[in-house]
Amino acid sequence: MTAQPQEWTVVCPLTRLDPGRGVAALVDGVQIALFRTANDLFAIDNQDPVTEAYVLSRGIVGSRDGVPTVASPLHKQAYDLRTGDCLDRPGVAVRRHEVRCQDGLVEVRLRKEE
Amino acid sequence: MKNSRLVVVGNGMVGQRFVDALRARDSEGRWRVTVLGEESRPAYDRVRLSALFDGVDADELNLHTPDPQVRLRLNTSVTAIDRARRVVTTTDAEYPYDALVLATGSDPFVPPIDGADLPGVFTYRTLDDLAAIRAHARGRRRGAVIGGGLLGLEAANALRLLGLATSVVEVAPRLMPLQVDTAGGALLRRYVEELGVACHLGVATTALHPGSDGTVAQLELADGSRMDADLVVVATGIRPRDELARAAGLPLGSQGGVLVDHTCRSADERIWAVGECAAVDDTCHGLVGPGYAMAETVADRLVGGAATVSEPDTATKLKLLGVDVASFGDAHGTTPGCLDVTFSDPATRVYAKLVLSDDAQTLLGGVLVGDADAYPTLRASVGQALPAAPLALLAPAGAGSGAAALPSSAQVCSCNAVTRADLDAAIADGATDVPALKACTRAGTSCGSCVPMLQQLLDAAGVGQSRGLCEHFDVSRQELFDLIRVREIRTFSSLIAEYGRGDGCDICKPVVASILASLGTGHLLDGERASLQDTNDHFLANLQRDGSYSVVPRIPGGEITPEKLIVLGEVARDFALYTKITGGQRIDLFGARVEQLPQIWRRLVDAGFESGHAYGKALRTVKSCVGSTWCRYGVQDSVGLAIALELRYRGLRAPHKMKSAVSGCARECAEARSKDFGIIATDAGWNLYVGGNGGFQPRHADLFATDLTTEALVRLVDRFLMYYIRTADRLQRTAAWIEAMDGGLEHLKAVIVDDSLGLCADLDAAMARHVGAYSDEWRDVLDDPALLGRFTSFVNAPEVPDPSIRFTAERGQRVPAGVGGTENRQPVGLGMPEVQR
Ligand SMILES: Cc1cc2nc3c(=O)[nH]c(=O)nc-3n(C[C@H](O)[C@H](O)[C@H](O)COP(=O)(O)OP(=O)(O)OC[C@H]3O[C@@H](n4cnc5c(N)ncnc54)[C@H](O)[C@@H]3O)c2cc1C
Ligand code: SF4
Repeated sequence: MTAQPQEWTVVCPLTRLDPGRGVAALVDGVQIALFRTANDLFAIDNQDPVTEAYVLSRGIVGSRDGVPTVASPLHKQAYDLRTGDCLDRPGVAVRRHEVRCQDGLVEVRLRKEE
Repeated sequence: MKNSRLVVVGNGMVGQRFVDALRARDSEGRWRVTVLGEESRPAYDRVRLSALFDGVDADELNLHTPDPQVRLRLNTSVTAIDRARRVVTTTDAEYPYDALVLATGSDPFVPPIDGADLPGVFTYRTLDDLAAIRAHARGRRRGAVIGGGLLGLEAANALRLLGLATSVVEVAPRLMPLQVDTAGGALLRRYVEELGVACHLGVATTALHPGSDGTVAQLELADGSRMDADLVVVATGIRPRDELARAAGLPLGSQGGVLVDHTCRSADERIWAVGECAAVDDTCHGLVGPGYAMAETVADRLVGGAATVSEPDTATKLKLLGVDVASFGDAHGTTPGCLDVTFSDPATRVYAKLVLSDDAQTLLGGVLVGDADAYPTLRASVGQALPAAPLALLAPAGAGSGAAALPSSAQVCSCNAVTRADLDAAIADGATDVPALKACTRAGTSCGSCVPMLQQLLDAAGVGQSRGLCEHFDVSRQELFDLIRVREIRTFSSLIAEYGRGDGCDICKPVVASILASLGTGHLLDGERASLQDTNDHFLANLQRDGSYSVVPRIPGGEITPEKLIVLGEVARDFALYTKITGGQRIDLFGARVEQLPQIWRRLVDAGFESGHAYGKALRTVKSCVGSTWCRYGVQDSVGLAIALELRYRGLRAPHKMKSAVSGCARECAEARSKDFGIIATDAGWNLYVGGNGGFQPRHADLFATDLTTEALVRLVDRFLMYYIRTADRLQRTAAWIEAMDGGLEHLKAVIVDDSLGLCADLDAAMARHVGAYSDEWRDVLDDPALLGRFTSFVNAPEVPDPSIRFTAERGQRVPAGVGGTENRQPVGLGMPEVQR
């Protein structure tokens, strides 16, 4: 579980995020993929665990059976944005991070290990 | 001519056919028929002779049915023809004739080898020959066949079946030298040797030596070596039996045989010759097909008809030792100027060659080894236009049924090593759609090129399919296109709210983005539309394995000025981009980071370049050869046309990428027939081909229209593309689209040539809109600060380059290091077998 509580880091104004699209952010040297859906914000590692390339922020956001997802832009595996689990490959997952919006600013708090 | 006397010499296959044909036609009983045959049995099926060693009884080969109107004398050799008296003589009788038909066949030709007359040396022609071989084989161990042709290989198989260790000795450098070419022969040899038949090629047999019991024991070869064999079959060819005609003073062919005209009549108007003993056009034929044609011709003539023998079909197919071999028409490509198309797959061990006329339109002949499934179609098409693209005819997987035709051991997904058997098992276990198949087999989860085959396998298994695009839409792409077009829907959110459910996904979002783009409704990255694009369209560049992008400016028709080439070199050098020339005649610059893309494009746009749409499901390139401008063979300006087409259709979004090419003459140097639409110049204009494909499932484009003016060509291509864009499925290339179309190519012609659906005006207008509304996507981005803002590495650190993109050097250029980089790659293997031509 979480090793030690991390600080919240301000990343960008909410208006900088387009609904249904992601951006990459650098938080404490860690590459984060940040997504805005119609009513939610999600943050996961930017690294695609299948190909190891740092590309998840550039995937297409959508839903599968009501679950919010992002599809890796390289080989299209879908990830559950809430849990980080890969829906196409059992056992594969990406790390999630905490994200919130305060005063119009998007903030991220890293999770080290899960 | 009531009750004339007809005498037939020889009761072999053709003689019998002739009698049957005549009796079928001679309803008035004009001819009284006498057949004189030398063998002890009435006619039998010589072609199936070897079946005797497969347990077939001699009686089953019988071809003769008794006929009260036909007198048959067996064990009767004709010894002479007396043309003046019009009688043939046998050892003990004379038979007068009004018409005489010679059907004496051939004798095996035995070369003058010392010892060829030893006991234990046989020919392979008659039932008696085979009986003698069988008797001699008892207790013997080693057999040899002299002659590696069709007959020799049949004989070798017979000896094998008789339990002898068998060798074939052939003086030519390959097996079946008359039928197959060098490459086909090499493959055939491998098959034959695998069956345990040793092949000694390119060496003559000089003598046969007896053992202590006086029967044959050894072969001596021209290279001085000796080979043990206690049974030898000589199968070195045949000689027409023309001795009666020769003695009667009738003219013979230059290679022997009774010289006859196209009605099979000899110089003596009462004497005809049919089958192997006849030389039509100075050529004898050692096959039964041409002989049957002659038999029918003479039968027709004798009842007053006017038949002539047509060009004989010398096609052969043999299913021998379990190996398919077929050869037909001008298999050796002796027609002046002819071209050949070869297909060779060392993995499935299939070799095929088609010989085409110099304009590549007409099939002249071919050779198939290892898989002769296409033989019936091909043989039927000799002398005609090709029934389909050559490779589609030859390639086993391209035989039309695609994945459904694959054997279960075939690897469908080579990325994840998933075989057809794995997929069939998954379907049997309840996978009913592509995502389910992907999830349980992992097929199609890597490069994705096998996904269409997954669909075909599902279709082949008859598994119920929803036409719906994905879980968010129950309608197909085509229906979605019509909805958006007719209802003038312009946003994904309103579309999904009205006609779908959920939030969309990586399937439906790009489809809708592409439809909106095809309809010419604004920039790719405008507002909400940006979120629909996959990453390539989102960054107007091609994502590579390490997260970097590649840049491909348009070079229409592959024509580029030195100045522009220098700019490309300078930009590549200044941004340290890996540079490679593509198959589509342009230049791909790799290794650009997201934030570098606008800087790179600024330089390119300033130098007059525009987007090449290499990232889009859109027209990629129109490749061209230099054509009539430079090439001494060129008949039209292929470069000029290619540039015009590329500029006309640039940026046009489609269900999948589209490629094209223009060749300046039938030599086809631009490989236009491997493209979605390909154009080949003719003396009179342009030929249009559609539905070609390279890549994973290659397919040659089909000829669609010929000798078009440039204007007519452009109109057809306009409609072809627009109809494709409107009606194809998601990620369906034109090849698959046409194949899946009800009525196929003919339907397509009806719609876009004859306007059977009344759509053409609409399609023409749609294309006119596209051409009018085109603007360069990259220039638009550079002019719009809001769009430029998307090209940042990190939203909170736009000045920091992505640290995961690192490079190393290979052959003097930068290539990915680290993630997805060189150290993960396997070394290149150079062990591919080579098949010589
Ligand atoms: C093992 C084998 C396999 C073959 N396989 C094929 C194949 O796959 N495909 C194919 O197309 N062809 C094949 N052939 C060739 C085919 O059998 C011949 O082309 C066909 O039999 C020719 O028919 P024909 O009537 O002209 O000659 P034949 O069938 O040889 O008949 C001629 C007959 O005339 C008799 N005769 C000759 N002279 C006299 C005389 N003076 N008086 C009386 N009778 C006489 C002979 O004894 C013989 O019975 C094969 C041949 C052999 C031996
Ligand atoms: S296709 Fe014809 S015109 Fe074009 S380069 Fe080849 S030979 Fe020359």
